[in-house]
Amino acid sequence: MEDRLGMGNRWRVAILLLILTILTVPILVGYVWILISTFSQRTYGLIPVDASGQVGGLTLRNWSFLWEDPNIWKVTLNSLILAIGLTIGVVLVSSMAGYALSRISFPGRRVFLGTTLVLHAFPSVTLLIAIFFVLRWISRIPILGRDIPIIGGFGYNTLGGVILVMLALQLPLGVWLMKGFFDHVSWDMERAALIDGCSRWRTWWQILLPQIRPGIAALAIFSFISGWNEFLIPYTYITDQQQSTIAAYLNKLLSDTAPVNYSQVAAVGLFQLIPVMLFFVFTQEYLLSIFAGGAKGGS
Amino acid sequence: MKVKLENLTKRWGPVYAARDINLDINDGEFVAFLGPSGCGKTTTLLLIAGIYKPTAGRILFDDRVMNQVPPKNRNIGMVFQSYALYPHMTVYENLVFPMKLKRVPPAEMKARAQRVAEMLGISQLLDRRPGQLSGGQQQRVALGRALTKHPDLLLFDEPLSNLDARLRLSMRAEIKRLQMDLGVTAIYVTHDQVEAMTMADRVAVMKDGQLQAYCPPNELYDRPRTLFIAGFVGNPPMNFIEVEVVLRDGVYHAQRAGFDLPLLTERGGQAAGRGPVILGVRPEDVMIAEEGIAGEVYVVEPLGRDDLIDVRIGEVHVHVLADPNRRCKVGDRVHLCFNTQKIQLFDPKTEQSLLWT
Repeated sequence: MEDRLGMGNRWRVAILLLILTILTVPILVGYVWILISTFSQRTYGLIPVDASGQVGGLTLRNWSFLWEDPNIWKVTLNSLILAIGLTIGVVLVSSMAGYALSRISFPGRRVFLGTTLVLHAFPSVTLLIAIFFVLRWISRIPILGRDIPIIGGFGYNTLGGVILVMLALQLPLGVWLMKGFFDHVSWDMERAALIDGCSRWRTWWQILLPQIRPGIAALAIFSFISGWNEFLIPYTYITDQQQSTIAAYLNKLLSDTAPVNYSQVAAVGLFQLIPVMLFFVFTQEYLLSIFAGGAKGGS
Repeated sequence: MKVKLENLTKRWGPVYAARDINLDINDGEFVAFLGPSGCGKTTTLLLIAGIYKPTAGRILFDDRVMNQVPPKNRNIGMVFQSYALYPHMTVYENLVFPMKLKRVPPAEMKARAQRVAEMLGISQLLDRRPGQLSGGQQQRVALGRALTKHPDLLLFDEPLSNLDARLRLSMRAEIKRLQMDLGVTAIYVTHDQVEAMTMADRVAVMKDGQLQAYCPPNELYDRPRTLFIAGFVGNPPMNFIEVEVVLRDGVYHAQRAGFDLPLLTERGGQAAGRGPVILGVRPEDVMIAEEGIAGEVYVVEPLGRDDLIDVRIGEVHVHVLADPNRRCKVGDRVHLCFNTQKIQLFDPKTEQSLLWT
């Protein structure tokens, strides 16, 4: 590449990079502040200070929740269950529904596609109370309601209930995305598989899904991050501390009656951010294909 | 295996993709479905493959009705225009995939895949993925995949359309040879009349979902039953001239303004007294001569071996294949001599031939 760029082009790239750097600085400063403040008693701008205002005062005190509060590991695990459960649900249902919508012509197909798109645009906050009644009703169903191991069940005040609600809200996007990817897999390949001796299920599993792997990866990452970061729905439908997630835990620190320790809030925030960041670093190229691939297909 | 189609019909809403098709294919025969795009030939092929279910009619394999049999139980091999290889599998995995599904024992599977790979000259490519192959190589793999399962019936859906002209020529001969050696019944869909004529034992010409003719290639060429077939088969295409056939002094003449051609009695007799009819004659059956019907050279297209010359006679244009040594130039006055043995006559309304039924 280097050789093919003329002098003029090199300057243009340099200017572009400079502009992008300037635009990124405020965001970066925010992250730097979070990082510094988690190890400080207090901060003055980006400078850590101690109680008397002198430079210094570095401490691990803010991270003490990791070993002092047993709840943190519980809520982290819950967040993980929520994120993984949501991911499995979204990928499973979307890839099947997307296939059906892309390949099978059935009555009501267009209406279905239209309404899912509307649902996607629907602000979920307006549904909170209605969903609360639904979850309460589900709670009364034996076993399914509140007696399933790990996720607790699908009713009110359970992780499964939150997964169910989030799943419903995520599905429109997932289904449309998967449909878009399936649309770009050639019919001939599917026909070839059927003629070669596959059943419809096997064709879907062994021939079509591998073609849209980038799409599935993108959707899975997207769902995982949404599940991990979601605050409103777990906060609304889970009252039990033992079932709570990390985002709700973070909120509790802010709304305690005692004065808020912002350095500790930053530490918990950073703690929540770490897995997402790691995850993102390794998977960002897949995530990009959600935008490029939706139109371009699974190549 | 014999294949028989009985009144086969496929309808999409109000549109007939295939309508009342009756066809018999003998064991080991090579049949081409020929027609322009959208004529229903691929639909018919997919009906035979079992991908589509017929709206009406029956499909029989050796007297067994196949209408309800799913594609995987029909034991057919199919080659697609887009190759349709599985990109996430290596060439070897592609070749053995149909056998795996049929639960062929592993040793046998390996032997068969290698035999087919050798036959098609792709042995050195077995570890590659389809994406790393050229179009011609991919087409060979696709052909190999259709063959490894030992199908009773081979289906081709325009398999050579994506290849360049030279490769198309060699693959054409190769497919024909392979089919003969294996003795497997084959159906070959194409819009290229040269492919159909050169490869097939019999050609089924389709138009608008209907079967126009089903006969050996030379019959298709010499005795076209409809105007459509006459115009579609043959390159450069047949000339059509609107004429009226009259009996004069005991000889039938096809005539129009500036055009008067004596016809053979057995041909002209069929068209006399019908008012306007369409006379068809192929460019190779018209010669530039010293005497005959007078015209003027309008365009000269050198084709190498021949010159294709557009001669204007009054309002009509007649294409003639002529010897380049004649050195015809635009504007030359020439005379045309017609090979009356090869004159075709059609009814302009029904578009049916007046000579052959």
